[in-house]
Amino acid sequence: MGVIANKMGLQVNPTAKESIAKKINTQKNNIVYDTKELNLWYGHTHALKNINLEIHEKEVTAIIGPSGCGKSTYIKTLNRMVELVPGVRTTGSISYKGNNILGKTMKVEDLRTKVGMVFQKPNPFPKSIYENIAYGPKIHGIRNKKLLDQIVERSLRGAYIWDELKDRLNENAFGLSGGQQQRLCIARALAIQPDVILMDEPTSALDPKSTLKIEELVQELKKDYSIIMVTHNMQQAARISDRTAFFLNGEVVEFDNTNKIFSNPSDKRTEDYISGRFG
Amino acid sequence: MIKQFDETQLKNRMNSRVRNNRIWKFIFFLSTLFGLFVLAILMIRVVMDGISFLHMDFLTGRLSTDPDRAGIMGALLGTVWVVLVVIPVTLIVGVGTAIYLELYAKRGKFKSFIETNISNLAGVPSIVYGLLGLTVFVRMMDFGNVVLAGGLTLSLLVLPILIVSAQEALRAVPGHLAEASYGMGATKWQTIRRVILPAALPSILTGSILSLSRAIGETAPLTVLGIPALLIPFPEGLFDTFTALPMQIYYWTLDSSLVAEYANLAGATIIVLLALLFLLNSVAIFIRNKFQHRY
Ligand SMILES: Nc1ncnc2c1ncn2[C@@H]1O[C@H](COP(=O)(O)OP(=O)(O)OP(=O)(O)O)[C@@H](O)[C@H]1O
Ligand SMILES: [Mg+2]
Repeated sequence: MGVIANKMGLQVNPTAKESIAKKINTQKNNIVYDTKELNLWYGHTHALKNINLEIHEKEVTAIIGPSGCGKSTYIKTLNRMVELVPGVRTTGSISYKGNNILGKTMKVEDLRTKVGMVFQKPNPFPKSIYENIAYGPKIHGIRNKKLLDQIVERSLRGAYIWDELKDRLNENAFGLSGGQQQRLCIARALAIQPDVILMDEPTSALDPKSTLKIEELVQELKKDYSIIMVTHNMQQAARISDRTAFFLNGEVVEFDNTNKIFSNPSDKRTEDYISGRFG
Repeated sequence: MIKQFDETQLKNRMNSRVRNNRIWKFIFFLSTLFGLFVLAILMIRVVMDGISFLHMDFLTGRLSTDPDRAGIMGALLGTVWVVLVVIPVTLIVGVGTAIYLELYAKRGKFKSFIETNISNLAGVPSIVYGLLGLTVFVRMMDFGNVVLAGGLTLSLLVLPILIVSAQEALRAVPGHLAEASYGMGATKWQTIRRVILPAALPSILTGSILSLSRAIGETAPLTVLGIPALLIPFPEGLFDTFTALPMQIYYWTLDSSLVAEYANLAGATIIVLLALLFLLNSVAIFIRNKFQHRY
Protein backbone atom coordinates (compact mmCIF):
# COMPACT_ATOMS: atom_id res chain seq x y z
CA MET A 1 0.00 0.00 0.00
CA GLY A 2 1.44 3.30 -1.04
CA VAL A 3 1.25 6.51 0.84
CA ILE A 4 -2.23 7.86 0.45
CA ALA A 5 -2.06 11.55 -0.10
CA ASN A 6 -4.70 12.92 2.11
CA LYS A 7 -4.74 16.62 2.55
CA MET A 8 -7.21 17.11 5.33
CA GLY A 9 -10.46 18.45 4.06
CA LEU A 10 -9.57 17.90 0.42
CA GLN A 11 -10.96 15.25 -1.87
CA VAL A 12 -9.33 11.84 -1.58
CA ASN A 13 -9.26 9.27 -4.35
CA PRO A 14 -12.33 7.15 -3.50
CA THR A 15 -10.97 3.80 -4.66
CA ALA A 16 -7.85 4.27 -2.61
CA LYS A 17 -10.01 4.98 0.39
CA GLU A 18 -11.98 1.78 -0.03
CA SER A 19 -8.85 -0.29 -0.34
CA ILE A 20 -7.56 1.13 2.93
CA ALA A 21 -10.85 0.38 4.60
CA LYS A 22 -10.70 -3.23 3.42
CA LYS A 23 -7.17 -3.71 4.60
CA ILE A 24 -7.99 -2.28 7.95
CA ASN A 25 -11.09 -4.37 8.53
CA THR A 26 -9.05 -7.53 8.45
CA GLN A 27 -6.93 -6.40 11.37
CA LYS A 28 -6.96 -7.77 14.89
CA ASN A 29 -9.79 -6.20 16.80
CA ASN A 30 -7.85 -5.30 19.90
CA ILE A 31 -6.11 -2.51 18.09
CA VAL A 32 -7.90 0.82 18.44
CA TYR A 33 -5.62 3.01 16.42
CA ASP A 34 -3.47 1.85 13.57
CA THR A 35 -1.20 4.59 12.26
CA LYS A 36 0.44 3.93 8.92
CA GLU A 37 3.11 6.09 7.32
CA LEU A 38 1.75 9.23 8.88
CA ASN A 39 3.46 12.46 7.89
CA LEU A 40 2.45 15.89 9.07
CA TRP A 41 3.59 19.36 8.14
CA TYR A 42 2.91 22.70 9.81
CA GLY A 43 3.50 24.84 6.75
CA HIS A 44 7.09 23.90 5.96
CA THR A 45 7.88 22.28 9.29
CA HIS A 46 7.88 18.51 8.88
CA ALA A 47 6.64 17.66 12.38
CA LEU A 48 5.79 13.96 12.02
CA LYS A 49 7.82 11.67 9.80
CA ASN A 50 6.60 8.28 8.69
CA ILE A 51 4.91 7.29 11.92
CA ASN A 52 3.79 3.67 12.24
CA LEU A 53 2.14 2.85 15.55
CA GLU A 54 -0.51 0.47 16.85
CA ILE A 55 -2.46 1.51 19.92
CA HIS A 56 -4.00 -1.38 21.82
CA GLU A 57 -7.37 -1.46 23.45
CA LYS A 58 -7.71 -0.96 27.23
CA GLU A 59 -4.07 -0.28 27.74
CA VAL A 60 -2.13 2.80 28.69
CA THR A 61 0.20 3.83 25.90
CA ALA A 62 2.80 6.37 26.98
CA ILE A 63 4.43 8.72 24.51
CA ILE A 64 7.78 10.05 25.62
CA GLY A 65 10.48 12.12 23.99
CA PRO A 66 12.29 15.46 24.22
CA SER A 67 10.51 18.78 23.79
CA GLY A 68 9.47 19.56 20.23
CA CYS A 69 9.69 15.97 19.02
CA GLY A 70 6.04 15.85 17.96
CA LYS A 71 4.29 14.14 20.89
CA SER A 72 1.47 16.66 21.17
CA THR A 73 1.15 16.86 17.42
CA TYR A 74 0.72 13.11 17.23
CA ILE A 75 -1.99 12.80 19.84
CA LYS A 76 -3.79 15.83 18.48
CA THR A 77 -3.86 14.06 15.13
CA LEU A 78 -5.66 11.15 16.76
CA ASN A 79 -8.75 13.33 17.32
CA ARG A 80 -7.89 15.73 14.50
CA MET A 81 -7.48 18.70 16.81
CA VAL A 82 -4.34 19.59 14.83
CA GLU A 83 -6.66 20.88 12.14
CA LEU A 84 -7.36 23.92 14.30
CA VAL A 85 -3.88 25.10 13.33
CA PRO A 86 -4.11 26.73 9.90
CA GLY A 87 -1.86 25.30 7.20
CA VAL A 88 -1.59 21.76 8.55
CA ARG A 89 -1.14 19.01 5.97
CA THR A 90 -1.02 15.25 6.44
CA THR A 91 -0.35 12.13 4.41
CA GLY A 92 -0.73 8.50 5.37
CA SER A 93 -3.55 6.96 7.31
CA ILE A 94 -4.75 6.50 10.85
CA SER A 95 -7.45 3.95 11.22
CA TYR A 96 -9.67 4.11 14.24
CA LYS A 97 -11.45 0.77 14.62
CA GLY A 98 -11.25 0.20 10.93
CA ASN A 99 -12.13 3.69 9.66
CA ASN A 100 -9.54 6.03 8.26
CA ILE A 101 -10.02 9.12 10.40
CA LEU A 102 -8.09 11.26 7.96
CA GLY A 103 -10.59 10.44 5.23
CA LYS A 104 -13.27 12.76 4.03
CA THR A 105 -16.12 10.57 5.22
CA MET A 106 -15.06 10.83 8.85
CA LYS A 107 -16.94 13.56 10.72
CA VAL A 108 -14.61 15.13 13.27
CA GLU A 109 -17.53 15.69 15.64
CA ASP A 110 -18.24 11.97 15.54
CA LEU A 111 -14.62 11.02 16.09
CA ARG A 112 -14.24 13.41 19.02
CA THR A 113 -17.31 11.93 20.66
CA LYS A 114 -15.55 8.59 20.80
CA VAL A 115 -12.17 10.03 21.67
CA GLY A 116 -12.04 12.31 24.69
CA MET A 117 -9.14 14.62 25.38
CA VAL A 118 -7.51 15.99 28.51
CA PHE A 119 -5.15 18.90 28.05
CA GLN A 120 -1.88 19.89 29.64
CA LYS A 121 -3.35 22.87 31.46
CA PRO A 122 -6.65 22.21 33.22
CA ASN A 123 -9.23 24.05 31.13
CA PRO A 124 -12.62 23.99 32.80
CA PHE A 125 -15.29 26.30 31.40
CA PRO A 126 -16.16 29.37 33.47
CA LYS A 127 -19.35 27.60 34.51
CA SER A 128 -20.52 25.57 37.47
CA ILE A 129 -19.02 22.14 38.13
CA TYR A 130 -22.32 20.58 37.09
CA GLU A 131 -22.48 22.54 33.84
CA ASN A 132 -18.89 21.62 33.02
CA ILE A 133 -19.71 17.93 33.13
CA ALA A 134 -23.12 18.30 31.49
CA TYR A 135 -21.63 20.28 28.60
CA GLY A 136 -20.67 17.26 26.51
CA PRO A 137 -23.97 15.39 26.88
CA LYS A 138 -25.87 18.62 26.22
CA ILE A 139 -24.13 19.37 22.94
CA HIS A 140 -25.02 15.86 21.89
CA GLY A 141 -28.65 16.68 22.44
CA ILE A 142 -29.36 15.20 25.86
CA ARG A 143 -31.92 17.46 27.54
CA ASN A 144 -33.45 15.13 30.11
CA LYS A 145 -32.55 16.60 33.50
CA LYS A 146 -32.66 13.26 35.29
CA LEU A 147 -30.40 11.62 32.76
CA LEU A 148 -28.01 14.57 32.94
CA ASP A 149 -27.92 14.28 36.72
CA GLN A 150 -27.04 10.62 36.40
CA ILE A 151 -24.33 11.29 33.84
CA VAL A 152 -22.81 14.01 36.01
CA GLU A 153 -22.70 11.72 39.03
CA ARG A 154 -21.34 8.77 37.07
CA SER A 155 -18.63 10.85 35.44
CA LEU A 156 -17.53 12.43 38.70
CA ARG A 157 -17.49 9.02 40.36
CA GLY A 158 -15.55 7.68 37.40
CA ALA A 159 -12.91 10.33 37.98
CA TYR A 160 -12.96 9.59 41.74
CA ILE A 161 -13.86 13.13 42.58
CA TRP A 162 -17.55 12.75 43.40
CA ASP A 163 -17.08 12.67 47.16
CA GLU A 164 -15.02 15.85 47.08
CA LEU A 165 -17.40 17.74 44.85
CA LYS A 166 -20.89 16.38 45.38
CA ASP A 167 -21.90 19.26 47.67
CA ARG A 168 -20.34 21.91 45.44
CA LEU A 169 -21.92 21.06 42.09
CA ASN A 170 -23.27 24.57 41.60
CA GLU A 171 -20.05 26.35 42.44
CA ASN A 172 -17.89 27.79 39.69
CA ALA A 173 -15.23 25.34 38.54
CA PHE A 174 -12.59 28.09 38.75
CA GLY A 175 -12.81 27.86 42.52
CA LEU A 176 -11.24 24.38 42.50
CA SER A 177 -7.55 23.64 43.00
CA GLY A 178 -5.45 22.84 39.93
CA GLY A 179 -5.49 19.12 40.69
CA GLN A 180 -9.24 19.11 41.23
CA GLN A 181 -9.73 21.08 38.01
CA GLN A 182 -7.74 18.51 36.08
CA ARG A 183 -9.75 15.63 37.53
CA LEU A 184 -12.89 17.61 36.70
CA CYS A 185 -11.64 17.84 33.13
CA ILE A 186 -11.11 14.09 33.09
CA ALA A 187 -14.65 13.62 34.42
CA ARG A 188 -15.86 15.98 31.72
CA ALA A 189 -14.16 13.83 29.10
CA LEU A 190 -15.79 10.73 30.61
CA ALA A 191 -19.22 12.32 30.35
CA ILE A 192 -19.28 11.91 26.58
CA GLN A 193 -18.64 8.19 27.26
CA PRO A 194 -15.71 7.82 24.90
CA ASP A 195 -13.72 4.70 24.10
CA VAL A 196 -10.37 6.41 24.06
CA ILE A 197 -8.93 9.15 26.26
CA LEU A 198 -6.04 11.24 25.00
CA MET A 199 -3.99 12.97 27.66
CA ASP A 200 -1.34 15.53 26.82
CA GLU A 201 0.93 15.86 29.85
CA PRO A 202 -2.06 15.88 32.19
CA THR A 203 0.05 16.21 35.32
CA SER A 204 2.72 18.66 34.26
CA ALA A 205 0.90 21.59 35.85
CA LEU A 206 0.18 19.74 39.08
CA ASP A 207 1.86 19.12 42.43
CA PRO A 208 3.13 15.63 43.34
CA LYS A 209 0.06 14.72 45.39
CA SER A 210 -2.42 15.61 42.64
CA THR A 211 -0.15 13.86 40.16
CA LEU A 212 -0.32 10.69 42.19
CA LYS A 213 -4.12 10.94 42.29
CA ILE A 214 -4.29 11.25 38.53
CA GLU A 215 -1.92 8.33 38.05
CA GLU A 216 -4.11 6.16 40.26
CA LEU A 217 -7.11 7.34 38.31
CA VAL A 218 -5.49 6.40 35.01
CA GLN A 219 -4.86 2.90 36.37
CA GLU A 220 -8.55 2.58 37.15
CA LEU A 221 -9.70 4.08 33.88
CA LYS A 222 -7.73 1.67 31.73
CA LYS A 223 -10.13 -1.08 32.72
CA ASP A 224 -12.74 0.63 30.58
CA TYR A 225 -10.87 2.95 28.27
CA SER A 226 -7.88 2.93 25.98
CA ILE A 227 -5.58 5.68 27.16
CA ILE A 228 -2.85 7.46 25.28
CA MET A 229 -0.76 9.71 27.43
CA VAL A 230 2.05 12.08 26.62
CA THR A 231 4.45 12.57 29.48
CA HIS A 232 7.79 14.16 30.17
CA ASN A 233 8.11 12.21 33.33
CA MET A 234 10.00 8.98 32.72
CA GLN A 235 9.06 7.46 36.06
CA GLN A 236 5.44 8.18 35.32
CA ALA A 237 5.61 6.37 31.99
CA ALA A 238 7.35 3.44 33.64
CA ARG A 239 4.86 3.34 36.50
CA ILE A 240 1.59 3.45 34.69
CA SER A 241 1.91 2.53 31.03
CA ASP A 242 1.75 -0.83 29.30
CA ARG A 243 3.48 0.26 26.14
CA THR A 244 5.76 3.17 25.46
CA ALA A 245 6.61 4.96 22.25
CA PHE A 246 9.78 7.01 22.16
CA PHE A 247 9.59 9.94 19.74
CA LEU A 248 12.61 11.87 18.51
CA ASN A 249 12.60 14.66 15.92
CA GLY A 250 9.19 13.67 14.61
CA GLU A 251 10.02 9.97 14.27
CA VAL A 252 9.17 6.96 16.37
CA VAL A 253 12.52 5.57 17.43
CA GLU A 254 11.18 2.71 19.41
CA PHE A 255 7.78 1.34 20.38
CA ASP A 256 7.52 -1.63 22.68
CA ASN A 257 6.30 -2.94 26.00
CA THR A 258 7.09 -0.45 28.71
CA ASN A 259 9.13 -3.04 30.62
CA LYS A 260 11.25 -3.71 27.61
CA ILE A 261 11.80 -0.04 26.82
CA PHE A 262 12.88 0.79 30.32
CA SER A 263 14.92 -2.34 31.06
CA ASN A 264 16.39 -3.30 27.74
CA PRO A 265 15.82 -0.76 24.97
CA SER A 266 16.96 -1.93 21.58
CA ASP A 267 17.93 1.52 20.29
CA LYS A 268 20.91 3.40 21.67
CA ARG A 269 19.03 6.71 21.47
CA THR A 270 16.19 5.37 23.62
CA GLU A 271 18.67 4.23 26.21
CA ASP A 272 20.38 7.62 26.21
CA TYR A 273 17.07 9.41 26.60
CA ILE A 274 15.62 7.33 29.42
CA SER A 275 18.87 7.34 31.32
CA GLY A 276 18.77 11.13 31.15
CA ARG A 277 21.71 11.62 28.84
CA PHE A 278 19.80 14.09 26.66
CA GLY A 279 16.38 15.73 26.41
CA MET B 1 34.04 36.27 45.01
CA ILE B 2 35.25 39.10 42.83
CA LYS B 3 32.53 41.63 42.12
CA GLN B 4 32.21 42.65 38.51
CA PHE B 5 30.50 45.90 39.48
CA ASP B 6 32.09 48.93 41.03
CA GLU B 7 30.00 49.41 44.17
CA THR B 8 30.20 53.21 44.29
CA GLN B 9 29.40 53.60 40.63
CA LEU B 10 26.44 51.28 41.09
CA LYS B 11 25.21 53.42 43.95
CA ASN B 12 25.45 56.65 41.95
CA ARG B 13 23.60 55.10 39.08
CA MET B 14 20.93 53.84 41.43
CA ASN B 15 20.27 57.39 42.64
CA SER B 16 19.90 58.74 39.12
CA ARG B 17 17.63 55.85 38.15
CA VAL B 18 15.34 56.52 41.05
CA ARG B 19 15.34 60.26 40.29
CA ASN B 20 14.53 59.60 36.63
CA ASN B 21 11.58 57.48 37.65
CA ARG B 22 10.25 60.32 39.79
CA ILE B 23 10.58 62.85 36.97
CA TRP B 24 8.66 60.68 34.55
CA LYS B 25 5.96 60.02 37.07
CA PHE B 26 5.52 63.79 37.49
CA ILE B 27 5.30 64.32 33.71
CA PHE B 28 2.59 61.69 33.39
CA PHE B 29 0.73 63.19 36.31
CA LEU B 30 0.81 66.61 34.60
CA SER B 31 -0.66 65.16 31.41
CA THR B 32 -3.48 63.66 33.40
CA LEU B 33 -4.04 66.95 35.17
CA PHE B 34 -4.28 68.76 31.85
CA GLY B 35 -7.17 66.59 30.70
CA LEU B 36 -8.93 66.98 34.03
CA PHE B 37 -8.45 70.75 33.92
CA VAL B 38 -10.03 71.12 30.46
CA LEU B 39 -12.91 68.86 31.46
CA ALA B 40 -13.49 70.91 34.61
CA ILE B 41 -13.61 74.19 32.68
CA LEU B 42 -16.05 72.69 30.22
CA MET B 43 -18.32 71.38 32.94
CA ILE B 44 -18.28 74.64 34.89
CA ARG B 45 -19.14 76.68 31.81
CA VAL B 46 -21.94 74.39 30.74
CA VAL B 47 -23.44 74.16 34.19
CA MET B 48 -23.24 77.91 34.73
CA ASP B 49 -25.00 78.51 31.42
CA GLY B 50 -27.58 75.84 31.66
CA ILE B 51 -28.46 75.01 35.23
CA SER B 52 -30.95 77.85 35.72
CA PHE B 53 -32.93 76.71 32.70
CA LEU B 54 -32.92 73.07 33.71
CA HIS B 55 -36.30 72.52 35.30
CA MET B 56 -39.15 70.08 34.90
CA ASP B 57 -41.03 72.10 32.29
CA PHE B 58 -37.88 72.25 30.18
CA LEU B 59 -37.53 68.47 30.29
CA THR B 60 -41.15 67.70 29.52
CA GLY B 61 -42.09 70.62 27.27
CA ARG B 62 -42.34 70.89 23.52
CA LEU B 63 -39.91 72.86 21.43
CA SER B 64 -40.60 76.50 20.92
CA THR B 65 -38.90 79.63 19.62
CA ASP B 66 -39.78 81.31 22.88
CA PRO B 67 -36.92 80.49 25.26
CA ASP B 68 -39.20 80.66 28.29
CA ARG B 69 -41.54 78.05 26.91
CA ALA B 70 -39.09 75.80 25.08
CA GLY B 71 -38.76 72.18 26.24
CA ILE B 72 -36.73 69.30 24.93
CA MET B 73 -39.04 66.34 25.38
CA GLY B 74 -39.33 65.97 21.61
CA ALA B 75 -35.57 65.90 21.10
CA LEU B 76 -35.14 63.50 24.01
CA LEU B 77 -37.74 61.15 22.54
CA GLY B 78 -36.09 61.47 19.12
CA THR B 79 -32.77 60.39 20.62
CA VAL B 80 -34.44 57.48 22.41
CA TRP B 81 -36.10 56.35 19.16
CA VAL B 82 -32.79 56.52 17.36
CA VAL B 83 -31.22 54.41 20.11
CA LEU B 84 -33.96 51.84 19.63
CA VAL B 85 -32.89 51.54 16.00
CA VAL B 86 -29.14 51.66 16.60
CA ILE B 87 -28.95 48.98 19.32
CA PRO B 88 -30.49 46.03 17.44
CA VAL B 89 -29.01 46.96 14.06
CA THR B 90 -25.45 47.38 15.32
CA LEU B 91 -25.60 44.38 17.64
CA ILE B 92 -26.91 41.99 15.00
CA VAL B 93 -24.86 43.22 12.05
CA GLY B 94 -21.78 44.13 14.09
CA VAL B 95 -21.51 40.99 16.19
CA GLY B 96 -22.44 38.86 13.20
CA THR B 97 -19.66 40.39 11.13
CA ALA B 98 -17.20 40.04 13.97
CA ILE B 99 -18.08 36.37 14.45
CA TYR B 100 -17.70 35.69 10.76
CA LEU B 101 -14.37 37.47 10.44
CA GLU B 102 -12.86 36.22 13.66
CA LEU B 103 -14.17 32.67 13.79
CA TYR B 104 -15.27 31.51 10.37
CA ALA B 105 -13.34 33.38 7.69
CA LYS B 106 -10.12 31.69 6.61
CA ARG B 107 -6.98 33.73 6.95
CA GLY B 108 -6.18 35.20 3.56
CA LYS B 109 -6.43 38.09 1.16
CA PHE B 110 -10.23 38.32 1.35
CA LYS B 111 -10.27 38.54 5.11
CA SER B 112 -7.48 41.07 5.38
CA PHE B 113 -9.07 43.11 2.58
CA ILE B 114 -12.32 43.35 4.54
CA GLU B 115 -10.55 44.04 7.81
CA THR B 116 -8.47 46.83 6.31
CA ASN B 117 -11.59 48.41 4.88
CA ILE B 118 -13.41 48.23 8.18
CA SER B 119 -10.54 49.94 9.98
CA ASN B 120 -10.50 52.62 7.29
CA LEU B 121 -14.24 53.13 7.59
CA ALA B 122 -13.80 53.69 11.31
CA GLY B 123 -11.75 56.75 10.42
CA VAL B 124 -14.13 58.25 7.86
CA PRO B 125 -15.52 61.62 9.06
CA SER B 126 -19.06 61.37 10.34
CA ILE B 127 -20.37 63.94 7.87
CA VAL B 128 -19.56 61.52 5.05
CA TYR B 129 -21.84 58.98 6.68
CA GLY B 130 -24.48 61.70 6.66
CA LEU B 131 -24.12 61.96 2.89
CA LEU B 132 -24.34 58.21 2.57
CA GLY B 133 -27.49 58.13 4.67
CA LEU B 134 -28.98 60.99 2.69
CA THR B 135 -28.36 59.20 -0.60
CA VAL B 136 -29.39 55.72 0.45
CA PHE B 137 -32.01 55.98 3.16
CA VAL B 138 -33.58 59.41 2.66
CA ARG B 139 -33.61 59.50 -1.14
CA MET B 140 -33.06 56.06 -2.71
CA MET B 141 -35.20 54.16 -0.23
CA ASP B 142 -37.36 57.23 0.10
CA PHE B 143 -37.79 57.09 3.87
CA GLY B 144 -37.47 60.86 4.18
CA ASN B 145 -35.73 62.38 7.20
CA VAL B 146 -37.38 60.02 9.68
CA VAL B 147 -36.23 58.08 12.76
CA LEU B 148 -35.39 55.00 10.71
CA ALA B 149 -33.16 56.92 8.29
CA GLY B 150 -31.37 58.68 11.17
CA GLY B 151 -30.99 55.46 13.14
CA LEU B 152 -29.61 53.50 10.21
CA THR B 153 -27.19 56.29 9.31
CA LEU B 154 -25.85 56.44 12.86
CA SER B 155 -25.69 52.62 12.92
CA LEU B 156 -23.45 52.68 9.85
CA LEU B 157 -21.33 55.32 11.51
CA VAL B 158 -20.58 53.22 14.60
CA LEU B 159 -20.57 49.77 13.01
CA PRO B 160 -16.85 49.74 12.14
CA ILE B 161 -15.90 50.64 15.70
CA LEU B 162 -18.26 48.04 17.08
CA ILE B 163 -17.01 45.32 14.72
CA VAL B 164 -13.40 45.97 15.64
CA SER B 165 -14.14 45.95 19.37
CA ALA B 166 -16.29 42.82 19.10
CA GLN B 167 -13.53 41.09 17.17
CA GLU B 168 -11.09 42.01 19.91
CA ALA B 169 -13.50 40.67 22.51
CA LEU B 170 -13.84 37.36 20.65
CA ARG B 171 -10.09 37.11 20.19
CA ALA B 172 -9.55 37.62 23.91
CA VAL B 173 -11.45 34.45 24.79
CA PRO B 174 -8.72 31.95 25.67
CA GLY B 175 -8.24 29.33 22.95
CA HIS B 176 -8.12 26.49 25.44
CA LEU B 177 -11.81 26.98 26.23
CA ALA B 178 -12.78 26.48 22.60
CA GLU B 179 -10.39 23.50 22.41
CA ALA B 180 -12.13 21.87 25.36
CA SER B 181 -15.42 22.24 23.53
CA TYR B 182 -14.17 20.97 20.17
CA GLY B 183 -12.49 18.11 22.01
CA MET B 184 -15.88 16.86 23.11
CA GLY B 185 -17.28 16.78 19.62
CA ALA B 186 -18.99 20.17 19.61
CA THR B 187 -19.50 21.84 16.25
CA LYS B 188 -18.13 25.26 15.58
CA TRP B 189 -21.50 26.92 16.05
CA GLN B 190 -22.12 25.09 19.34
CA THR B 191 -18.72 26.18 20.55
CA ILE B 192 -19.38 29.77 19.54
CA ARG B 193 -22.82 29.89 21.09
CA ARG B 194 -22.08 28.08 24.33
CA VAL B 195 -18.46 28.96 25.06
CA ILE B 196 -17.02 31.79 23.04
CA LEU B 197 -19.97 34.21 22.91
CA PRO B 198 -20.86 33.95 26.61
CA ALA B 199 -17.22 34.57 27.51
CA ALA B 200 -16.93 37.53 25.14
CA LEU B 201 -20.35 39.02 25.83
CA PRO B 202 -19.40 41.42 28.63
CA SER B 203 -16.70 43.04 26.48
CA ILE B 204 -18.95 43.07 23.44
CA LEU B 205 -21.70 44.81 25.39
CA THR B 206 -19.28 47.32 26.84
CA GLY B 207 -18.03 48.11 23.35
CA SER B 208 -21.52 48.42 21.98
CA ILE B 209 -22.64 50.79 24.72
CA LEU B 210 -19.59 52.98 24.17
CA SER B 211 -20.27 53.12 20.45
CA LEU B 212 -23.90 53.89 21.23
CA SER B 213 -22.75 56.89 23.25
CA ARG B 214 -20.85 58.02 20.22
CA ALA B 215 -23.95 57.63 18.03
CA ILE B 216 -26.26 59.69 20.20
CA GLY B 217 -23.77 62.52 20.46
CA GLU B 218 -23.33 62.93 16.69
CA THR B 219 -24.64 66.07 15.02
CA ALA B 220 -22.98 66.36 11.64
CA PRO B 221 -24.64 63.38 9.91
CA LEU B 222 -28.02 64.47 11.20
CA THR B 223 -27.68 67.99 9.79
CA VAL B 224 -26.82 66.47 6.41
CA LEU B 225 -29.90 64.26 6.59
CA GLY B 226 -31.95 67.43 7.00
CA ILE B 227 -33.18 66.75 10.49
CA PRO B 228 -35.19 69.83 11.52
CA ALA B 229 -34.37 71.94 14.53
CA LEU B 230 -37.77 73.19 15.43
CA LEU B 231 -40.19 70.31 15.42
CA ILE B 232 -43.28 70.56 17.55
CA PRO B 233 -44.89 67.07 17.39
CA PHE B 234 -43.28 64.17 19.28
CA PRO B 235 -42.03 61.24 17.18
CA GLU B 236 -44.15 58.16 17.77
CA GLY B 237 -42.68 55.60 15.41
CA LEU B 238 -39.89 54.68 13.04
CA PHE B 239 -41.39 56.65 10.16
CA ASP B 240 -41.97 59.92 12.01
CA THR B 241 -39.75 62.93 11.49
CA PHE B 242 -37.72 63.68 14.56
CA THR B 243 -35.08 65.85 16.05
CA ALA B 244 -32.39 64.85 18.53
CA LEU B 245 -30.57 66.37 21.50
CA PRO B 246 -27.33 67.28 19.70
CA MET B 247 -29.37 69.00 16.97
CA GLN B 248 -30.94 71.28 19.55
CA ILE B 249 -27.58 72.08 21.05
CA TYR B 250 -26.24 72.91 17.63
CA TYR B 251 -29.07 75.19 16.50
CA TRP B 252 -29.52 76.92 19.83
CA THR B 253 -25.82 77.68 19.96
CA LEU B 254 -25.93 78.88 16.38
CA ASP B 255 -28.85 81.24 17.06
CA SER B 256 -27.65 82.48 20.43
CA SER B 257 -26.49 85.65 18.71
CA LEU B 258 -30.14 86.39 17.95
CA VAL B 259 -31.68 85.36 21.25
CA ALA B 260 -29.25 85.40 24.16
CA GLU B 261 -31.22 82.86 26.20
CA TYR B 262 -30.67 80.23 23.53
CA ALA B 263 -27.14 79.82 24.90
CA ASN B 264 -28.67 78.87 28.24
CA LEU B 265 -31.03 76.43 26.56
CA ALA B 266 -28.06 74.86 24.77
CA GLY B 267 -26.25 74.58 28.11
CA ALA B 268 -29.23 72.90 29.74
CA THR B 269 -29.52 70.48 26.83
CA ILE B 270 -25.83 69.64 27.08
CA ILE B 271 -26.35 68.77 30.73
CA VAL B 272 -29.18 66.42 29.75
CA LEU B 273 -27.10 64.81 26.99
CA LEU B 274 -24.10 64.41 29.31
CA ALA B 275 -26.32 62.84 31.93
CA LEU B 276 -27.58 60.38 29.34
CA LEU B 277 -24.03 59.51 28.24
CA PHE B 278 -22.94 59.18 31.83
CA LEU B 279 -25.82 56.79 32.44
CA LEU B 280 -24.86 54.66 29.45
CA ASN B 281 -21.22 54.52 30.50
CA SER B 282 -22.22 53.50 34.01
CA VAL B 283 -24.23 50.66 32.54
CA ALA B 284 -21.16 49.63 30.52
CA ILE B 285 -18.94 49.67 33.61
CA PHE B 286 -21.55 47.78 35.58
CA ILE B 287 -21.78 45.07 32.95
CA ARG B 288 -18.02 44.81 32.75
CA ASN B 289 -17.55 44.43 36.48
CA LYS B 290 -20.49 42.18 37.04
CA PHE B 291 -20.03 39.65 34.27
CA GLN B 292 -16.39 39.72 33.30
CA HIS B 293 -14.71 36.36 33.86
CA ARG B 294 -11.18 35.81 35.03
CA TYR B 295 -9.33 32.99 33.39
N1 LIG C 1 0.93 25.45 15.75
C1 LIG C 1 2.14 25.16 15.24
N2 LIG C 1 2.58 25.82 14.15
C2 LIG C 1 3.79 25.55 13.64
N3 LIG C 1 4.63 24.63 14.12
C3 LIG C 1 4.25 23.94 15.20
C4 LIG C 1 2.98 24.17 15.82
N4 LIG C 1 2.86 23.35 16.88
C5 LIG C 1 4.00 22.64 16.93
N5 LIG C 1 4.84 22.98 15.92
C6 LIG C 1 6.17 22.39 15.66
O1 LIG C 1 6.04 21.01 15.51
C7 LIG C 1 7.05 20.32 16.22
C8 LIG C 1 6.43 19.37 17.21
O2 LIG C 1 5.76 20.11 18.21
P1 LIG C 1 4.93 19.43 19.37
O3 LIG C 1 4.15 20.48 20.06
O4 LIG C 1 4.18 18.27 18.83
O5 LIG C 1 6.10 18.90 20.32
P2 LIG C 1 6.00 18.16 21.71
O6 LIG C 1 6.74 16.89 21.56
O7 LIG C 1 4.62 18.09 22.19
O8 LIG C 1 6.86 19.11 22.63
P3 LIG C 1 6.65 19.48 24.19
O9 LIG C 1 7.20 18.33 24.94
O10 LIG C 1 7.47 20.70 24.37
O11 LIG C 1 5.19 19.70 24.42
C9 LIG C 1 7.92 21.40 16.84
O12 LIG C 1 9.03 21.58 16.02
C10 LIG C 1 7.06 22.62 16.86
O13 LIG C 1 7.86 23.77 16.71
MG1 LIG D 1 3.51 18.98 23.84
